[in-house]
Amino acid sequence: MFKLEPRTQTSMLLAVAAPLLALAITVLIGIMLFTALGKDPVQALGLFFVEPLKNGRALAELSIKAVPLALIALGLAVCFRANIWNIGAEGQFVLGALGAGWVAMHAGPGASGWFVVPVLLGGVAGGMLWAGVVALLRDRFNTNEILVSLMLVYVATLLLNYLVYGPWKDPDGYNFPQTVLFAPGTRLPRLVTGLRMNLGVVIALLAVVAFAVFQFRTYRGYALTVGGIAPAAARYAGFSSRSALWTALLLSGGMAGLAGALEVAGPLGQLTPYVPVGYGFAAIIVAFVGRLHPVGIVFSSVLMSMFYIGGELAQSRMGLPKALTSVFQGLLLFTLLACDNGLQYRMRWVAAAKDKAKARAGVAA
Amino acid sequence: MTRLELIGITKQYPGVRANDDIHLKVAPGQIHAVLGENGAGKSTLMKIIYGATRPDAGQMAWNGREVAVASPAQARALGISMVYQHFSLFDTLTAAENIWLGLDKALSLAEVVEQTRVVSAEYGLHVDPARPVHTLSVGERQRVEIVRALLTRPQLLILDEPTSVLTPQAVESLFVTLRKLSSEGCSILYISHKLHEIRSLCHHCTVLRGGRLVGEVDPRQESNASLSRLMIGADAPVLTAREGQRGANVLRVAGLGLAQLDPFGVTLKDIAFDVSAGEIVGVAGVSGNGQQELLAALSGEDPRAAPGSIQLFDHDIARASPGKRRAAGLHFVPEERLGRGAVPTLSLAMNTLLTRTEAVGRGGWLRMGEARRLAAKLIDGFRVKASGPDAMARTLSGGNLQKFIVGREIDAAPKLLIIAQPTWGVDVGAAAQIRGELLRLRNPGCALLVFSEELDELFEICDRLHVIAEGRLSPSVPIAAATREQIGEWMSGLWPGSAAVEEASHVQA
Repeated sequence: MFKLEPRTQTSMLLAVAAPLLALAITVLIGIMLFTALGKDPVQALGLFFVEPLKNGRALAELSIKAVPLALIALGLAVCFRANIWNIGAEGQFVLGALGAGWVAMHAGPGASGWFVVPVLLGGVAGGMLWAGVVALLRDRFNTNEILVSLMLVYVATLLLNYLVYGPWKDPDGYNFPQTVLFAPGTRLPRLVTGLRMNLGVVIALLAVVAFAVFQFRTYRGYALTVGGIAPAAARYAGFSSRSALWTALLLSGGMAGLAGALEVAGPLGQLTPYVPVGYGFAAIIVAFVGRLHPVGIVFSSVLMSMFYIGGELAQSRMGLPKALTSVFQGLLLFTLLACDNGLQYRMRWVAAAKDKAKARAGVAA
Repeated sequence: MTRLELIGITKQYPGVRANDDIHLKVAPGQIHAVLGENGAGKSTLMKIIYGATRPDAGQMAWNGREVAVASPAQARALGISMVYQHFSLFDTLTAAENIWLGLDKALSLAEVVEQTRVVSAEYGLHVDPARPVHTLSVGERQRVEIVRALLTRPQLLILDEPTSVLTPQAVESLFVTLRKLSSEGCSILYISHKLHEIRSLCHHCTVLRGGRLVGEVDPRQESNASLSRLMIGADAPVLTAREGQRGANVLRVAGLGLAQLDPFGVTLKDIAFDVSAGEIVGVAGVSGNGQQELLAALSGEDPRAAPGSIQLFDHDIARASPGKRRAAGLHFVPEERLGRGAVPTLSLAMNTLLTRTEAVGRGGWLRMGEARRLAAKLIDGFRVKASGPDAMARTLSGGNLQKFIVGREIDAAPKLLIIAQPTWGVDVGAAAQIRGELLRLRNPGCALLVFSEELDELFEICDRLHVIAEGRLSPSVPIAAATREQIGEWMSGLWPGSAAVEEASHVQA
């Protein structure tokens, strides 16, 4: 029989080792999966781990996916550290896209490049509004934020569909469910000509620094952390749990909204029913794989976007199903949780002791 | 023949050897004390005997036969029963239902009720089988636990710190029961760190220190001092309390009433008292009589008190946040160290930030160097054993963490310090140091309010005593005029003019 006993010390090295070990196990299971499907595992793994890093073009595509993931995960990490379970970043992302789209539609064809600033702010406001609903319901009626934030994802998606099929539909769009293409002034400048990589990368890196400072060097961040890991100590210190709730939800909502706005002002350029692609949910995994640490999130968001791109390549080049991306994401989270457990506890084989005891009892009898 | 014999019991936990080659012999009918400080390994040893934990080495013989007890169920089958320090009763069930749940045999509830009546009459343990547990006092709950243990007709009864929640009178009646059991041949293992109880009750005493056996004595032949020397390995530090200089009023509480927050909490009723500068006021009482609720109202963790009911320097603070109260000079040391007084997984430096704002700069910017300096100063000034300001709070022993927390609040130069269970679970040396610090704080004119369940401690340091019972607070009595018997009676709510006494006099009339 295996027995779990808590370890007295969990070293820093192991805390970093857990995500790496989880990645290794995920790859191992991946190899078995490809072999079972009769595909060449080396080629398949190459699509996931080599192809997305091959050249500048590939890296630029990687950044397109990593930026929204990182931005959303940064906000979520603050929530999760404060023990507030915002599962609805996907909905806040959609509302961010709607907010940004609404502002962008007001730009004339000759709008200056600075118009992108109100567009992004519109996105932040949209995300905050959606997360604010969750905070309000929890604060006033003590509703469960997990359920409310998750349900609001579906409301947000329906709202998007209603708008692009109805009031916001492009009158000259041949009845396709999409808005007009937004004016060039509302679009984010690209960093390198010819590549889709845009200013979002810089914004994300600045956000990483800002969140690291907030979390580890400000009293507000400290109060949030204490509220998450020791609620009684936070009450004793006098840190308001209401303020923690609102801060964490508005921050994470705002970040998800910003990510949505960057999509609108970046690769999309218009609203369609296909705005939500699951970044909000994948970012939950990104936040945990990144150990809820801003720097860790940089690495995990890159890893997760490699899964996205690898999944698409595997579909087009090897005829593997697209669901493979989700399988890999799920595997990674699952193995990470297992590795975390393995770090906090030590597994011991205790059957031997029991047999000995039995033998002893037998002798005595 | 010996009832129970332990030979060379050893148990290693990660990082600590809880029991190291322990030998122990219990004769039939013997009341055998196991004495030791917190962390000496008493509880681990009892868990091994009761089958809740398995030793790494050593043998156990029961009535002359070697046995390996694999589970508490097997222990009960052998005739070993245990009453834990923390009760394991369901509040919503009746006494009889709770007893029923704890029995292994298939009996009907009616039979259990009947047997409960028989056993409780036999041993003078009055228990009403039909009453729900949440309506019982702590002493009554313990009787339910003991009756449950006795229903299995044990040959060995293990009691873990049974008197920590009892009034002095209840302790006496428990001892009557235990002596009767002993005279009938039931052996008793009595775990405690209270010396006078062991000397008045037990026939034999095994002393543990740091997981090792350090002495086997007849407690009736020993003095408190000699037992204490065995237990801590040194002479207990002596504290010299001097009369304080009572100054101006600091805290005034009047007409404080608070409805209970959860169904099994305590409702505070019409609490009134005051504390002046330069005095230590003690609040005695059996735990669960409203101490937690009153402390939360005073500290600001529970902000529901009616406006005007709590005044600090004649300013109403009844609804103020803990931070505001702290800014006005009210500091508080809670009973729970880990998770409330300190965050277990944060460093000592980060833990100073809970109640101190020296390291918080402009715009909420944290000055880490300042926090680390403050933690180092506390470690140094209050002789905290820790690897440094970056040590995680949970790596400190109970006594050292308590010294750190008490130091953090004392160092803030409070005008009123409220402290709950200042030395609970703390070794004797650290306890004496903390009491000394409290006395030193009083003399320059700080007001102190101390809540404790240890009467000895309150008698040692306080100038005046109140007693809290069932959510009501007694009038205060100067320490010079107080006796243990009187305070013990008050702990049952029976002080002059109290509701309980009025009721009794109505019945008589």
